[in-house]
Amino acid sequence: MTTVATDAPVSVAGQSRLRMAQVLFGAALCLALAKGLLPDAMIRLPEAWVLPFADWFNAVFNFMRDDLGLVHVTRAFADGLDWFLDVTANLLYGKNRWPRIGPIPWSVIAVTAAIVGYALNGWRLAALSGLTFVWIAVMGQWQWAMETLSVILIAAPVSVLLGLVMGTLAWRSARFRAVLNPLLNVAQSLPHFAYMIPVVVFVGVGPKAGAIVTIIFSVPPMIRMTLLGLQKVPTEVIEAGQMAAATPWQLLRHVRLPTARTEILVGVNQVIMQCLAMVVLASFIGMPGLGQKLLQLLQALKIGRSFEIGITIVLLAVMLDRCSKAWAMKQPVHMEKGTPWAVRHRLLLIWVFATVVLWGLSLIFPLLHEIGRREALSLADPLDVAMDWIIATLDPVTQWLRWFLIVWVLIPLRDGMLWLPVSAVLVFLMAVGWAVGGRRSALICLAYFGLIALSGWWDRAMITVYTVTFSVFIATLIGFPLGIWGSRSDRRAKTVLLVCDTLQTFPSFIYLIPVIMLFGVNDVAVVGAVVLFAAVPLIRYTIEGLRGVPDAQIEAADMSGATRKQTLWSVRLPLALPTIMVGVNQSVMFSLFMVIIAAFIGTQDLGQEMQRALSSSDVGKGMVLGLAVAFMGLMVDHLVTVWATRRRKALGLG
Amino acid sequence: MTDQKPVISCRNVWKMFGPQPEAYLAGLDPAASFEAIRADGYVPAVRNVSLDIAKGEMLVIMGLSGSGKSTLVRCMSRLLDITGGAIEVEGHVIGDLSERQLIDLRRNKMGMVFQSFGLLPHRTVLDNVAFPLEMRGQDIHARRARAMEVIELVGLGGREDYFPRELSGGQQQRVGIARSLAIEPDIWFLDEPFSALDPLIRREMQDEFLRLQEMLGKTIVFITHDFDEALRLADRIAIMKDGAVEQIDRPDRIVMEPATPYVAKFTEEIEKARVVHASALAGPVNGLSLSGDAVDGSKTISQLARLLVNDERSILPVAGPDGGVIGALDKQRALDVLFGEAQ
Repeated sequence: MTTVATDAPVSVAGQSRLRMAQVLFGAALCLALAKGLLPDAMIRLPEAWVLPFADWFNAVFNFMRDDLGLVHVTRAFADGLDWFLDVTANLLYGKNRWPRIGPIPWSVIAVTAAIVGYALNGWRLAALSGLTFVWIAVMGQWQWAMETLSVILIAAPVSVLLGLVMGTLAWRSARFRAVLNPLLNVAQSLPHFAYMIPVVVFVGVGPKAGAIVTIIFSVPPMIRMTLLGLQKVPTEVIEAGQMAAATPWQLLRHVRLPTARTEILVGVNQVIMQCLAMVVLASFIGMPGLGQKLLQLLQALKIGRSFEIGITIVLLAVMLDRCSKAWAMKQPVHMEKGTPWAVRHRLLLIWVFATVVLWGLSLIFPLLHEIGRREALSLADPLDVAMDWIIATLDPVTQWLRWFLIVWVLIPLRDGMLWLPVSAVLVFLMAVGWAVGGRRSALICLAYFGLIALSGWWDRAMITVYTVTFSVFIATLIGFPLGIWGSRSDRRAKTVLLVCDTLQTFPSFIYLIPVIMLFGVNDVAVVGAVVLFAAVPLIRYTIEGLRGVPDAQIEAADMSGATRKQTLWSVRLPLALPTIMVGVNQSVMFSLFMVIIAAFIGTQDLGQEMQRALSSSDVGKGMVLGLAVAFMGLMVDHLVTVWATRRRKALGLG
Repeated sequence: MTDQKPVISCRNVWKMFGPQPEAYLAGLDPAASFEAIRADGYVPAVRNVSLDIAKGEMLVIMGLSGSGKSTLVRCMSRLLDITGGAIEVEGHVIGDLSERQLIDLRRNKMGMVFQSFGLLPHRTVLDNVAFPLEMRGQDIHARRARAMEVIELVGLGGREDYFPRELSGGQQQRVGIARSLAIEPDIWFLDEPFSALDPLIRREMQDEFLRLQEMLGKTIVFITHDFDEALRLADRIAIMKDGAVEQIDRPDRIVMEPATPYVAKFTEEIEKARVVHASALAGPVNGLSLSGDAVDGSKTISQLARLLVNDERSILPVAGPDGGVIGALDKQRALDVLFGEAQ
């Protein structure tokens, strides 16, 4: 009885929702078809309606910077940070600053990394960590890599600390949480460049600006993970602490934070990865290091050399990711009673010994201290030869593909998108919103895109929309079958997930190298990079969704005599769909980020305008463009979340 | 029971969850039914409970999940603030204590054991057990020495450097027990301590627990949803349903004279002969002529089965703890209990 009673209104609501959506779809279609009859104001907003958001932002920023004197605060903070940056810079690559010990010989750093790797997760991680540094040194990239690392070494801890404090505050105060949450949502969907412009205005350019933009960019995940960790501490552990008569402060310090250790360390992992991604991109605001080198080489189309740097960045990313993940997963283990001190601290002793020996040796053999440009190996020449051969071989294919995509797909699609009247797009989005989540969602969609229309960047935004839509579509065509294939056996799933994991640790910049190599500098390369980047989460969530279907359902299907194909289509996919949609959501987010980054190889969308705003330090324009991108992401996020939540509930998956 | 002042005394205790519990309770008819309160959007987790717990007594609070037993014990330790009524612990109304006084009370008087142990995963066994001592600022040597003492007491000697993750469920609960005993509490709360353990280990832990209690003689509030466990351990049992205490009495009497149909349903399946003691079944002597050897009043009917079946007397004298005759046992009645025909 009760199920009937609760089901009935839901389906009635569902039906009326769909009917309304159909009406709106019809209206959108009419608006598009009747474009010739529409008044101009419904095709593009008239100039007079465009709101000067950029000027308003500029006014606010100028007020904060000059009238409130915030610029002095930020500069002071930056100078404080600079002191720390100088310390790591001295240690890692011998910048002439206090404590004037460095540069530490590369061999010592490599051994240190290997021992840390061993302590965290045994031989394999030790080999990865150690060899990464050996590679960097041998390939003659030590200076650049250390410039990059010296910033991460400061930015990551600062960001972790900030995240811990803010996460704890958010946990303590519901009001703070309510304010913080939407801010974090926007912050996590703002493209990288949007962060850079205000930093340039408030701090300037160079390593400290790079460090600050890195810190700002990497704090949000730490806040979220801290909050999550603190909320997840089991009630009984807290009650046990209370019964042990801990004061609130003791409870936080001795009970809550240590019990949330795993989540907090997962946050640390995310901070480190975000730092790496940002520090590479910060080359756009004068941050020296691997990113800058890569940017220069890519712009000069030196494929072999940029490939080498790409490998270095990838190795660093994978190493940092594995190490910090191993740290998060590491559980304490006790030592047998009566284990002597030397055995308990075996690794420490080995490290001290190795450091002393290698440092001594490096004084005798300078090659262990530093490998100069002349002694360094380079794979660039053979790589270039190989690349040239590959490119030449593939050339007919890539040429044709490029011609076909540009002439028959990309240009018509873009022109179609630009042809659509604003009013038709807005009504269409409302229809989608209504179909998914009723009036509220429809209004949210309208608000996000309405604001973009009011900002006056509609045409640029439509180009971004078309690139992202098309790329995600292609990514789905690739990722979905791959995901289904990957989910077929445990072993395959494990392998594919590992590959996806590894690919996801790469900074987005890296994805540009192979596509530029194959397609040159044009729209196809952009789409290629976006597709590569966006397919990864799709594959991943498809596998996770399909593997996550409860065994009982599969067994029931098997016992009903379903073939594998039937099971896939009638049982696995419907149950996995909510999870897969989360993948689509992430895929859209990734595409948006990538499209904007790809701007520097020549696009005509919001990203290119953002680059211009960056080079002219136009904070207002940068913020407006950044928010326009964020709003697209947030709209998709809203739709997918609403849909997936309702679907999960309907399927009884919690 | 002794005639001393009760250690814990609950008077008309209410714990209500909902938007404005105090205001709602103030306007509530005390006899309102559980369903009526739920219909108003409130959850009466504890409903008008009054009970006393004497020094050295073990009270077992029994009920199904959601009956409010865990909430009641959290009210007694003031992990939760009550909505109405008063709870006195050793003469102090705990609702009136300041944060500082409450912390003092917990630091010196109370210990608690939790269903899923509530151990700190990043601390060794030793540091977990020493945690309450650390909180009250004891210096490291003193607290380690004391922690070692309790670890030995619960039979975990030699495992003090292990981390909780490295121990079995039973061992983890021993750590929980050791921690709750570290400060030498007078009052010991145990919230379903053995429910998360498998049956064999549970039995073993119950024995261990009885051994500890015999040694320590603490005042105990023990929560369980397992009626057999309650019968095994309790001096008195309080049976809760929908937040209210249905009956609070000695195990024999709960089995022989259930106060409500709900309690009766619980006791239906119980083999009464294993629970009822001869002393509880014995009637007054009232000038009956008793002859022969007396039976031990502290034995259960099932323990006396062979004797009852073989004895030719129709009425048997029952001896108290000191050996004197305290009552007369009607053999027929005892046999009825033994064969499950008692009312």
